[in-house]
Amino acid sequence: MTEEPQVVPEEVAAETPSDVPDHGVPRTGEGHQVALYPTAGEYLDLIERLYDEGYVMCVDLLGVDYLEYPDRKLPEGVTPGRFEVVVNLVDLEAHRRIRVRVQLPGDDPRLPTLTHLHPGTEAMERETYDMFGVVFEGHPDLTRILLPEDWEGHPLRKDFSLGRIPVQFKNPVQGGDR
Amino acid sequence: MSIASRQVSARLAAGESILRMSEAEAEVVEGVIDPEDETMIMNMGPQHPSTHGVLRILLELNGENVLRSKPIIGYLHTGMEKTAESLTYVQGATNVTRMDYASPLFNELAFSLAVEQLLGIEIPERATWIRMMMTELNRMASHLLFLASNGMDLGAVGMMLYGWKEREEILRFFETVTGLRMNHNYIRPGGVAADLPDGWEDGVARILVALPKRLEEFDTLMTGQPIWRDRTQGVGLITTPEAVALGATGPILRSTGAAWDLRRDQPYLAYDQVDFDVVVGTYGDTFDRYAIRLNEIRESMRIVEQCLEMMPTGDYRTQDPKVTPPPRARIDESMEALIHHFKIFTEGFHVPEGEAYAAVESPRGELGCYIVSDGSPKPLRMHIRAPSFVNLQTVPHMLTGGMIADAVAIISSVDPIMGEVDR
Repeated sequence: MTEEPQVVPEEVAAETPSDVPDHGVPRTGEGHQVALYPTAGEYLDLIERLYDEGYVMCVDLLGVDYLEYPDRKLPEGVTPGRFEVVVNLVDLEAHRRIRVRVQLPGDDPRLPTLTHLHPGTEAMERETYDMFGVVFEGHPDLTRILLPEDWEGHPLRKDFSLGRIPVQFKNPVQGGDR
Repeated sequence: MSIASRQVSARLAAGESILRMSEAEAEVVEGVIDPEDETMIMNMGPQHPSTHGVLRILLELNGENVLRSKPIIGYLHTGMEKTAESLTYVQGATNVTRMDYASPLFNELAFSLAVEQLLGIEIPERATWIRMMMTELNRMASHLLFLASNGMDLGAVGMMLYGWKEREEILRFFETVTGLRMNHNYIRPGGVAADLPDGWEDGVARILVALPKRLEEFDTLMTGQPIWRDRTQGVGLITTPEAVALGATGPILRSTGAAWDLRRDQPYLAYDQVDFDVVVGTYGDTFDRYAIRLNEIRESMRIVEQCLEMMPTGDYRTQDPKVTPPPRARIDESMEALIHHFKIFTEGFHVPEGEAYAAVESPRGELGCYIVSDGSPKPLRMHIRAPSFVNLQTVPHMLTGGMIADAVAIISSVDPIMGEVDR
């Protein structure tokens, strides 16, 4: 074996995980699949610090319901919760990408909003609220976005029963049975 | 100039240009002029022809001027992300292709890349290049559709016919390759559904020969025309920090001068082996967004030309038996091959546990697919990061302070596809 250092292409070098500080929270993945696992308490602080570090664009925020898959692989020290909120951040200058995965409990999932820092998350947080019932504290307009205002339940939850909910019309036809 | 700032974020978050009003409230006050400040709430859509489908916008007007606005979406919501949880990975591409119906191949590509990331498989070189050529042709078709609808929205009705006609030529080529004009289900995990048909080079060459002349005609018809410029220049302004804060990608972000294109900045497929330029604007107005798309057609043609020259030979899909069924001839002689084939199409293939996100540069911006797998043949969660859904948030900020007549131009310049907004 030679002792010569390997030549790493520039793009690859910028993506190596050693470049991404873990901010004291567990980390997994490499390249564009790096993920950080803060607790709900550490979440806002971590996003703020990542913002200062160059992750200035939040491209995606979504929820996942792990009700049927509680024994998933998570790094050591992360307590699995029923829900997970995944935030996808991009560093436009260093061409880096990072995911922040937060575990949330099954009853009353709550997180602070990111809208003050990433105003673009407004619609994404509304969608996550609509589909999973995750409440984002401090959100300026946390209402349903894709479903009607008077819809009941959160359809992307795994325990949302499919096919038994009648189509909901706001003004049902009088006297007719549909 | 820095590309992002907390001040801009805070200002946008304050939401001075967003009308936060529930639908029930809006129903009561709609069309009523408030005598105190003479403002009025007006409803536009969801059946308005220039809203590109079923977009509805609530507008607060002072005379002809837009004060605040709010896009209301969800009219096309069919729960496609929920549907995806009950479809196998083999069927998944059929579902996602129906989201952004103007550029279906990009949805299939993002989905396939995410699944392949989880599977950890490499796809053959030819499949990569076929994917690249087909998606670039799709980008041209999508931008031509934009030119057509953008022209029509602003009164250049002739443009609508020309744009649709050229797009039709590309769709005709798609039909010879995939069998369908739209919703192809052509790009699948593991490669593409079928090899390019005999004579595909002629089909591509015909498009490449015919289109440049047309683009010059479009330049004459619109780009240099004073009425067109008056209608679009300086209308719907947005700056780089605003676009970044709002998460806007694609032509909206590039129109502000920020050269962010995933094809160049986070290359996927074989984009690092082809030569092309990232088109950027200067002022972030409606005209820049129009000009970027028009010139991106030219850049896509350059890429397609290089694909035509450099198309490698070989297999069009991976021969990994985990995801690819055995060839037809094997089924005739081997019972195991028949069982294997049957298993792939009924049960589907198992994808290792984990989660992955894959992003591609769609004609509208970053199109991403996030998949969580629990090791079964169906995803636990499949999420599409739809560029139109996020880009739509720039509309209230671009409308504020403008005239109601410009609203049509601005909505059109965002080029939202409601299928992917509502999913």
